Amino acid sequence: MFKLNFELANPKRFMDLSAKLLPWIWVIAVGLLGTGLYMALFVAPPDYQQGETVRMMFIHVPAASMATMVYMFMAASSAVALIMKHPLADMAAKAAAPIGAGYTLLALITGSLWGKPMWGTWWVWDARLTSVLVLFFLYIGYMALWEAMEEPVKAAKAAAVLCLVGVVNIPVIKFSVEWWNTLHQPTSLAKMDGPAIHSSMLWPLAIMALAYGALFVALLLLRMRTEILKRRVRSLQLSRARAAVQAGAA
Amino acid sequence: MFELFSTMTALLRRDLTLSARLGGGGLLAVIFFIIVVSMVPFGVGPEGALLSKIAAGMIWVGVVLSMLLSLDRLFQADFEDGTLDLLMLSSLPKGALVLVKCTAHWLTTGLPLIVASPILAILLQLPDGLLGPLLVGLLVGTPAMSLIGAIGASLTVGLRRGGLLLSLLVLPLQVPVLIFGVAAAKSEALWSPSHMLLAAVTLMTLVVSPLASGAALKLNMT
Amino acid sequence: MKLIASDITCFRGGRHVLESVSLELASGVASILRGPNGSGKSTLLRVVAGLVDHQEGKLSWLDDEGREIGEDDALHTSLFHYVGHLDAVKPSLTVRENLDFWAGLYGVPGDVETALQTLGLGALAQVPGAFLSAGQKKRLGLAKLCLGTRPLWILDEPSVSLDVEGVALIAGLMKAHCETGGSLLVTTHVDIGLKAEALQSLRLSVQGTLKVEAPENAQKENAQKESNNV
Repeated sequence: MFKLNFELANPKRFMDLSAKLLPWIWVIAVGLLGTGLYMALFVAPPDYQQGETVRMMFIHVPAASMATMVYMFMAASSAVALIMKHPLADMAAKAAAPIGAGYTLLALITGSLWGKPMWGTWWVWDARLTSVLVLFFLYIGYMALWEAMEEPVKAAKAAAVLCLVGVVNIPVIKFSVEWWNTLHQPTSLAKMDGPAIHSSMLWPLAIMALAYGALFVALLLLRMRTEILKRRVRSLQLSRARAAVQAGAA
Repeated sequence: MFELFSTMTALLRRDLTLSARLGGGGLLAVIFFIIVVSMVPFGVGPEGALLSKIAAGMIWVGVVLSMLLSLDRLFQADFEDGTLDLLMLSSLPKGALVLVKCTAHWLTTGLPLIVASPILAILLQLPDGLLGPLLVGLLVGTPAMSLIGAIGASLTVGLRRGGLLLSLLVLPLQVPVLIFGVAAAKSEALWSPSHMLLAAVTLMTLVVSPLASGAALKLNMT
Repeated sequence: MKLIASDITCFRGGRHVLESVSLELASGVASILRGPNGSGKSTLLRVVAGLVDHQEGKLSWLDDEGREIGEDDALHTSLFHYVGHLDAVKPSLTVRENLDFWAGLYGVPGDVETALQTLGLGALAQVPGAFLSAGQKKRLGLAKLCLGTRPLWILDEPSVSLDVEGVALIAGLMKAHCETGGSLLVTTHVDIGLKAEALQSLRLSVQGTLKVEAPENAQKENAQKESNNV
C-alpha cells in the first residue's frame, strides 16, 4: 500500500504549538491595534503644518515598512526552503504573501488619501509611493506564480526563486526610483515623515508598528494552519481517488 | 573549457538559424516596435515640443514591450518538442545554457530594435544631441532585459498561458533599466553616470539571471 | 559497468508514484519495463535519466569490479542516451541540420553520417523536419543513439509510429547495443531477439512498486499473450 507524504502534509508539532499560541497573539494584536488607533486618532496632537491629516501617517508609515519587512521575511523563508528544504518554510512564504500585499495596498491607499489634501491630487509619483507601487507588483507576480503552478512542491521552489530574485532587486529598484525622483522633481514636496518627530507622535507610531507586527504573526499562523489543512484534504482526496482506481482494477 | 565553448556555439548557431528560418521573429518585434511607438502621437497629440520631450522615454518603453513579446518562446519552444529535456541532459551547464539563450534573444530581438530606433527618433523628433546617448544606453541596457526576461521565461516554462504571467513577473524587475536608460538618453553625453548605472544593472543581472534561470529551469524540468 | 538504482521513491502531487524501486541495469542486458497505463513507466525512465527528482534512494554507477564510479550529475548524464516520447525535431531545420546540432552539442560531429545511414535517413538528409512523417521523425529522434557510444540507452516506447521495417531496425539496434556490452532500459512490446539470459523483465504496478520477474516467466507470459492475440 502506498503511503501519503503526511510528514509533509501534517507537521504535527507546528499544529500543536500554533494552536496554543494563536489566541494569545490575537489578544496582543487586537489590544495593540486598539491602543495604537486610539492614540493615533484621539490622543496625538494635530500637526502644525498638516493639521488632522497627519493622523493618516500613523496608519501609512508602519504599513509601508511592513510591506518591505514582510517581503524580507518571505525571502528569508524562501532561502530556508531552498537550502534546508524545510517544508514549513515555503508554506510560511506563501502564507505571508497576501498579508504583505495587503499592507502594501493599505500603504498605497492611505498614501493616496493623504496626498489629496497635502498635494491637491490623489496620486503623486513620490519616491516612496512609487517604490511601494513596484513592490505591490512584485507581490502580485509572486502570488500569480503560486496560483499558476499546479504541483505545490514545484510551485514552492519556483516562487522561492522569484522571491529571491525580487529581494536582490528591491534595493536597486528603491535606489533607481529615488534617483529618478530627485532627477524629475527638483522642488521639494511635503514628505510624510518630518526630520524630527515629536515624542507625542513617536509613541502611537511605535505602538501601531508593533500592532501591525503582531497582526502579521497572527494572520501568518492562521494562514499556515489553513494551508496545512488544505494540503491534508488534497492528499486524502488523492488517496481516495487512488483507492477507487485500484478497487476498479481489482 | 574548449568543449564548453564549442557546445555553446553549437546551441547559439542553432538558435540563430531557427530565428532566421522562422521568417525572422526579430523582424516582427521591430515592426511591433515601430507601430506601437507610432501610436504615441495619436495618444498625446502631434505637438513637436511635447513629442521631442517624451521621445526618449517612449522609445525605451517601446523597446521594453517589444523585447517582452518574444520572451515566452525563449524556452517554451524547446520545452514543447522535448529539446529542453536533452539540453538539460547535455554537458552544458544550466547557467551557460541561459547565457546562450539570452545572447541569441538579444542578437535576434534587442539588436534589430536598436538598429530601428533612429527611425523612431526621427518620427518623435528626438533632440539632435540625444540620439547618440540613447543608442549607447540601448546597447548597454537591452542585454539586461533579455537576462531579466530569461528569469521570467524559465519560471513559466511549461505553464499554460505562461506569456501573460511572464510579463507580470518581468516588468517590475525592469523598472531600474528603464529609469537609468531614459536618464542616460537625456544626459547629452555618450558615457554619463546614468550609462554607468545602467551598465551596473546589466552586470548585476549577468550574475543573477544565469543562477536564477538555471535553478528555475532545473526545477521546472524535474 | 552497470547502473544501480536503489530504493528510489518519488512522490508528486502528494502521492507516491514510485515506491522504493530498486533495479540493476547490467552490461549486456536489456531490461524491459512493463506495467499498466498510469503506473509510472515514463516517470521511472525519467527518474533514472535524472529528469524527474526522486525524494529517496540513489542512482550509482559501478565499474566491473563493483566499485562505485561516482554520483555526480555530469558523469551520470554522459553515460546514457535518453529518447523519450518527444523527438526533439526542429521543423525548420533539415534532417542533417537537426543531427548536426546534437552531434555538435555532444562533441561528436563525425558521427552524423553513420547515424543517417544506420536509421535509413540518408535520402531524407536535406528535407526539413516539418515535412517528415511521424515515423520519420521518430527515426530522426532515435538517430541520436548513434551520436557517440554510451553504455546505457533509456528508451520510452521507441517503436511507436514506426513501420514494420523501422521496428525491425530499432530492435536490431537494441540487440546490437546489448551484444556489444551496452545496457538498455526500455518500455516496449517489440521482441528484441535476445536470449533469455540477456533479458530482464521489470513489472511496475499501479502502486508504484517494481517487481523483477524471472526471464522464463516473462517469456511464457509473452508467449501466452501472443497466442491470445492470434
